[in-house]
Amino acid sequence: MSASPRTVSGGRIDRARPVSFTFDGKRFTGFAGDTLASALLANGVHLVGRSFKYHRPRGFLSMGSDEPNALVGVGASEARFTPNLRATQVEIYEGLKAVSQNNWPSLAFDAQEVNSLLSPLFPAGFYYKTFMHPKGAWEHLYEPIIRRAAGLGRAPGAPDADHYTCQYAFCDVAVVGAGPAGIAAALAATRAGARIMLFDEQSELGGSLLSETSAVIDGKSAADWLGAALAELTASPRATLLPRTQIFGYYAQNFLAGNQRLTDHLGAPDAKMPRERQWQVRAKKVILATGAHERPLVFPDNDRPGIMLADSARGFLARYGALPGANIVVATAHDSAYRAALELAGAGARIAVIVDQRLEADGEWPRAARRAGLRVEMHSALVGSSGRLRVTHAHVAKRWADGRPGKPEMIACDLIAMSGGWTPSVHLFSQSRGKLIFEEGSQAFLPGASAQDERSVGACRGVFGLAAALADGAAAGAACVGGGAPAPFAVEGAPEGAGGYLGLAPPPGDPADDKAFVDFQNDVTARDILLATREGMRSIEHIKRYTTTGMATDQGKTSNMNALAIAARAMGKTIPQVGLTTFRPPYTPVTFGSFANFSRGALFDPVRQTPMHEWAVGQGATWEEAGLWMRASVFSRPGEAREDAVRRECLAVRANVGMMDASTLGKIEVVGPDAAELLNRLYINSFTKLGIGKCRYGFMLSEQGYIIDDGVVMRLAADRFHITTTTTGAARVLAQMEDFIQTEWPELKVWFTSITEQWATIAFSGPRAREMLAPLVEGVDLSNAAFPHMSLREARICGVPTRLARVSFTGEMGFEVNVPADYGLSVWEALWEQCEKCGGVVYGLDTLLILRAEKGYVVVGYETDGTVTPDDIGMGKMIAQGKPDFVGKRSLAMSDLSCEGRKQLVGLLPQDPTYKLDDGAQIVGEAAPAIGTPALGHVTSTYRSANLGRAFAMALVAGGRARIGATLYATTMEGTVPVQVVEPVFIDKEGERLNA
Amino acid sequence: MPDAVRRSVFEGCALPSNARVVVEACAFAQRHVLRGGADVVGPVARVFDAAPPLLALQSRVSGARAALWMSPDEWLLIDEACEPELGARLEAALGGVPHALIDVSHRQCGLDIAGEEAARLLNAGVNLDLDLSMFPVGMVVRTLLVKADIVLWRRAEQRFHLETTRSFGPYVAAILNQAASDQELC
Repeated sequence: MSASPRTVSGGRIDRARPVSFTFDGKRFTGFAGDTLASALLANGVHLVGRSFKYHRPRGFLSMGSDEPNALVGVGASEARFTPNLRATQVEIYEGLKAVSQNNWPSLAFDAQEVNSLLSPLFPAGFYYKTFMHPKGAWEHLYEPIIRRAAGLGRAPGAPDADHYTCQYAFCDVAVVGAGPAGIAAALAATRAGARIMLFDEQSELGGSLLSETSAVIDGKSAADWLGAALAELTASPRATLLPRTQIFGYYAQNFLAGNQRLTDHLGAPDAKMPRERQWQVRAKKVILATGAHERPLVFPDNDRPGIMLADSARGFLARYGALPGANIVVATAHDSAYRAALELAGAGARIAVIVDQRLEADGEWPRAARRAGLRVEMHSALVGSSGRLRVTHAHVAKRWADGRPGKPEMIACDLIAMSGGWTPSVHLFSQSRGKLIFEEGSQAFLPGASAQDERSVGACRGVFGLAAALADGAAAGAACVGGGAPAPFAVEGAPEGAGGYLGLAPPPGDPADDKAFVDFQNDVTARDILLATREGMRSIEHIKRYTTTGMATDQGKTSNMNALAIAARAMGKTIPQVGLTTFRPPYTPVTFGSFANFSRGALFDPVRQTPMHEWAVGQGATWEEAGLWMRASVFSRPGEAREDAVRRECLAVRANVGMMDASTLGKIEVVGPDAAELLNRLYINSFTKLGIGKCRYGFMLSEQGYIIDDGVVMRLAADRFHITTTTTGAARVLAQMEDFIQTEWPELKVWFTSITEQWATIAFSGPRAREMLAPLVEGVDLSNAAFPHMSLREARICGVPTRLARVSFTGEMGFEVNVPADYGLSVWEALWEQCEKCGGVVYGLDTLLILRAEKGYVVVGYETDGTVTPDDIGMGKMIAQGKPDFVGKRSLAMSDLSCEGRKQLVGLLPQDPTYKLDDGAQIVGEAAPAIGTPALGHVTSTYRSANLGRAFAMALVAGGRARIGATLYATTMEGTVPVQVVEPVFIDKEGERLNA
Repeated sequence: MPDAVRRSVFEGCALPSNARVVVEACAFAQRHVLRGGADVVGPVARVFDAAPPLLALQSRVSGARAALWMSPDEWLLIDEACEPELGARLEAALGGVPHALIDVSHRQCGLDIAGEEAARLLNAGVNLDLDLSMFPVGMVVRTLLVKADIVLWRRAEQRFHLETTRSFGPYVAAILNQAASDQELC
């Protein structure tokens, strides 16, 4: 090629703004407005990738989002590296770094090109046939090797440095695709007063108008008409225009999902800018103006760099001033390629020949080409190509009769521009669940009956030609808002083309000898599809999965129809008989970041903190999650090991006093004349006789009779209870209450309100708890006689109201101060001052769990696992016998829930007092049981206790209560250890400390 | 013994503020959840002035008081004047009418979101159409802001009241900060 492939004028690039970038480390220059594809072509670069399976050299097939070959990695750093981007959509900026993929050691010399020679070993279904044996080898041997050999780009090596955002939007009319039909629709709808949104995947709105050089619309050039139309839409407050926004999914009830690229085209974006925005759009009406994709011709070796779709070759020239070849063979079955030939010739390229497989072509474009003196060969086609890293020759067969073609003519060229005609892009229509119908005349699947309030317009429903597309779009836009037919557009210089061909291109050859590619991205050839039909695949769904045709990231945009036609012909069926595969979202790949959007890092989930959280942070708390809540585990002093801190906390509570933040425990206020009745039905206990100002510990069962939650029920008034639940059970318990009252007992007058966050809860216990509290409260006699264990007073503390309970989860005399949450920190600080005066500590969950276990208190979820009844944990006596019913009562009467030998809660003392059993360790009857011996039970809680001076555990053991005093064995990683079975209460069996 | 100090969960919390939208933490208000049948409306209205609406998604405002519909048997009563005896007066007015009245003044926290882009900001995380034609002044909903439960109430064409549970306040503020920053830039 003598001259530069860049034209001296024309196109939409800004020649005043050169842009420097690198591809595989080599520096190139393009212009602002270029894509990576157009800039490389303008530098004479066609070879940009290696194919998926055979590692064949590949160039650009198309200029749009349908590109199957030119996938590149882009990003100057690992944290901003994105693989598998289509070079045809990557906009260049100063300093852009792009790399080719799937090759080693280099793009021009790829060692794995040997795969291509071995291709007889890689037929369709190869994986299924070859790698079945031996067992396990697929996972450990074959798959890793294949994955390395065949693949696309590599994953980035560092966490994504960008952030992503989200926007919900609503409109009267959503128009997808801003080509002529979409813009006409948007104009009509906006003029009628509708709120519209117009989306397009490209950097500029305009679609085919961006490369339209000859048409005149309403007396203006296409570019001027487009400019005026966009200016009108931009000026309207009712219209939202979104370029670089791919609508990738069309879901139920006109819900569209789109991904907007915000910074990928910028060289140095503001660091605070999000990289992408996910649009989630609900539209009253949707207009799909998604256009059509040009089809490749399926002929042997149709995949060399320099073999390109004809209208893309024209488009690179018209839109970017990049002439993709100097000596061009045009191969076609459609008139539009003649237009491409004319425009490429007009820019100085030599058109070696136009090869048209049809018998005749007398549309306006073919006639114009003949008038221009271009060589046209009818009833001719390509039967092969030569060239390794760039096409050098087209093999042209002419005027074959019934049999095989004669010796082909080798025509030298540096570009083959091909067109098999146009496939309407029905992906989104299909996603919307609309029914596709096959139209024999145009040999295309077109939108049939809509499943949603949707209209397809223009080329995506087979309405080709600029004038027809504009009129179709305008009519649909007006119809969406109940308007009349808009004024027609006057269009000149844009004749509509005709033609098209599906399947393996004639003349008849032997496809078994050739690589005629159907699906370029997944390296599926016509031979593979024929093989699938020979091996018994009948439905296109089977053929697709067997050959992987259409299953690549390009969703088969350029391949589906050819694959279908090849399969249909091989089986002697019609195309509709073989069927079309389902189109699924996303239309093009979407980043994970876009889906996660806000929900990353610190915003991944709400982090719920109590009012006293910051104070605890200042005290060196270690944290753990309970649902979304953060709870303190332990308060280590500087330099103090966690185990030592727990030990110190445990001893201090039993010696003096300790306080903890219990605000996360669920709290529900149950109010109404039937409140006691409701609680009677939900808990195993009876609340009818619970006095005002009294508390009762209770269990809730599932309908199956198993414990699902526990808590303390406090009676504030005859018709008002304050109940607590577990931290993570709060929402579930509240929902269950609502469920029962709405579906089972609507006659009960009782209501539930979550008050978990109304009250900050400060729990403290220990021999000096009363002394610690006394100076701060007013209006309540704290003496044991006046305020015994399990009672409640409404009083004031530090001048604010409190619900003060005398409860304990440690076995020590304990209190629970509930204060309105905004006062929580202030009251906590006052109590802490008192606590320190009494030699007290603040403690966390680690200490609480040990203290409660020493006293034998259970934790729902530790001692229970969803199959445990109250009697199993020794709480059978809590069941109110006089109650007519409660949830779970009938189930408790079932023989299986009351039989001998159920697992029961016991305490365990390891014979070696220093040995802490493993959580979940199995309990067995012998020191060395035979393999297969069923376990008697398992450890549910196990700790080292500073107060007991030894290790201890709780366990569920079959017939456990009858085994008290016996020696059993607990499994360890090294065998078993002997344990003594004891009652599950280790301190203060008489309750003297509790009731002090 | 010093009296306890009340601290807002939004104390020291950054909130979005630019030319097109300003988010501010609401002053402390008294809030009650009122539950019961339609027969609570009359007695409550006599004391509270703002009658609990029986129609879904409606609100009534009277001076510093607002009654927001939450569900067919639930209303949120907000008294920005924090009248001390309000709860007792409501209980007295309701007398024998079956009901539940719960003080949730500290359970929730409020944000005031005002400006021409208030709706756009909220739509970063709220998937409801906030156009005036669909979400008129006075409308109130329980919905989600990304992952947080919120109550959203339109007080004026360009002014929303967002109510959330206390511990979700910082998350809501952080989401709004991020969304406002994103929207300012692009």
